[in-house]
Amino acid sequence: MAVALPVSTDPTAAGEERQPRRRMWQRLPTRAKVGAIMLGAFILAAIIGPLLTPYDPSFQNAAPSLSLHPPDAAHLLGTTQSGQDVFSQLLVGIRLTLELALSVGVVATAASVVFGVAAAYLGGVWDEVLSLATNVFLVIPALPLLIILLGYLPQKGQTATVLVLSVLGWPWGARLIRAQTLAIRSRDFVAASRETGERTWRILAFEIVPNEVSLIAASFVNTALYAIGASVALAFIGLADLTSWSLGTMLYWAQSQQALQIGAWWWFVPPGLAVALMGTSLVLLNSGIDELGNPRLRDAGGATAAAWRRLRPTDPTPVLDAAPPPRRWRRGAQPGGEPR
Amino acid sequence: MPFIVRRVIFYIVAAWVALTINFFIPRAMPGNAVESIMAKFPNLQPSAYKALQAMLGVGHPGSLWSQYWAYLANVFHFNFGVDVTNYPATVSTLLGQTIPWTVTLVGTATVIAFAAGTVLGILAGWRHGGWLDRVLPGLMFFQAVPYFFLALILLELLAVRGHLLPLGQGYGGGLVPGWHWDFVGSAIYHSLLPAFTIVIASVAGWMLQMRNVMITTIGEDYMLAAQAKGLPSRRVVFSYAARNALLPQLQGFGLAVGFVVSGAIVMEIVFSYPGIGLLLLNAVTSNDFPLMQAIFLVITFAVLLANLVVDMIIVAIDPRARAREGA
Repeated sequence: MAVALPVSTDPTAAGEERQPRRRMWQRLPTRAKVGAIMLGAFILAAIIGPLLTPYDPSFQNAAPSLSLHPPDAAHLLGTTQSGQDVFSQLLVGIRLTLELALSVGVVATAASVVFGVAAAYLGGVWDEVLSLATNVFLVIPALPLLIILLGYLPQKGQTATVLVLSVLGWPWGARLIRAQTLAIRSRDFVAASRETGERTWRILAFEIVPNEVSLIAASFVNTALYAIGASVALAFIGLADLTSWSLGTMLYWAQSQQALQIGAWWWFVPPGLAVALMGTSLVLLNSGIDELGNPRLRDAGGATAAAWRRLRPTDPTPVLDAAPPPRRWRRGAQPGGEPR
Repeated sequence: MPFIVRRVIFYIVAAWVALTINFFIPRAMPGNAVESIMAKFPNLQPSAYKALQAMLGVGHPGSLWSQYWAYLANVFHFNFGVDVTNYPATVSTLLGQTIPWTVTLVGTATVIAFAAGTVLGILAGWRHGGWLDRVLPGLMFFQAVPYFFLALILLELLAVRGHLLPLGQGYGGGLVPGWHWDFVGSAIYHSLLPAFTIVIASVAGWMLQMRNVMITTIGEDYMLAAQAKGLPSRRVVFSYAARNALLPQLQGFGLAVGFVVSGAIVMEIVFSYPGIGLLLLNAVTSNDFPLMQAIFLVITFAVLLANLVVDMIIVAIDPRARAREGA
């Protein structure tokens, strides 16, 4: 019985969730939908892409006619200087880069949840030390430090890169999660479960963390975005395993062979465009998550657009939702609904 | 304790952490950096071997503790040792030659991007749902493009094909650096494309952030009061909404400036711009660890300094920051 009370505050555990969840997709802002579809396409390409690669990405075709061949039916994105198929490299590269971004996202976000929740919940000296560490690592620029760390590493493989990127990727999320945890821990349902004698780890794992899901999702997306940007930049200056094909190493080889200068745009543009689109999908997804948490930011689109034209843009209550906010956000258990 | 004093103490702590990390990385990482450097540069003097050992702490002359103090004293005197690639030039000389280029270029471009992004964000937030809001997703694309990729594309379009702007370098060939018009004009001309790249790549981020804060601010009661008084729109937008929305924006600037600087440094490589980014690339390709580490410290200190300046601006424009005592 003592367990029943706190569990019912968990928004994802309620039985009535089934129906609202199906409408979840419709509730998503357009931007988030576009972002999710784009990201889904990349994930699909990463999963089935390597099965579809027409050629071995490293295979060097010695035929002189296949050096720097422009795109045609046999080579959809042309070939490199040494006759490698760019399309095959791109498919493999998308997988490697996405894999890296998601791994860093998981590892670094897990670390930021642990540090953020621990700082806020334990309080006192723990909070002082962890907050200081978070803020310090937030202001120290990551890329130059990453360059030194990777520079010293003898092997710059995928695992090493994931670890190094994760070590510097957690503070941003930790700071937000700490603030959110501070807000939640003073709420009644946490106090109630503490009164019923719940253990600390149980309160943290089943009361506090489930209420931070949207924040954790946002910080995962942001960390993945950082990982893509940083890993591509690092590979571009040569700090990566240059024998493997990621979007970053593709750009490195294209640049070091002067692809653009000799007019081989099909060698250089696709990996860069893939990085940019992958990043765009994450930025869109993130701003969509923002809008979900803060309805004021939502697009003035659809049915409300007509009403908007008549309202002065300075209307002081720009809460755009004509429909009542979804139940989930109104319930007391969801403190993340409004940031204020 | 006043706000600004607490911030200064925080930045000193951050600088100390960066120094300490920088001290321990070469000692904690696998492999013998000194040997690999000596093997790479056979013409180095035996005295350089000792200096490298002291700098990287591989040969362990003295206890770790005394090494640490010697290291701090060296950094404090801007003594980063002798550079191995450009022997016998010192690292400090190399830094002194490149820092002004980067600070001028990246500093100016970042301030322009921030100002433009903030103004655009004010407009987009005010006319929420207007055309500026609609082009925002398009701008997000530029936010996600790596700086160096955008730089290469712009270089190809505007310099290689368009012949509008120079191909790279910091100034025209044959010119002697100095404070005369030929050189300064050429330097400005050569910095246009890199600066434009930074602005294009970073403006969307500032804009999105400012827009979001604006929209939240517009919902405040004092905005309603200002409009009810019949104040002109211009005044309501800029003196009431924007002024308040600017504070979170400035705080965001402090945190984001490290990202912008990192992106801009990699971008310098594309333009062969004679700044610290190109120096860093040379250090990486030649395994020049002392130079890499010195560059890390310099960039970190610059970012901390930029943060401090932003804090001072916040104190100047926000009475709450001045009034806040403790906590």
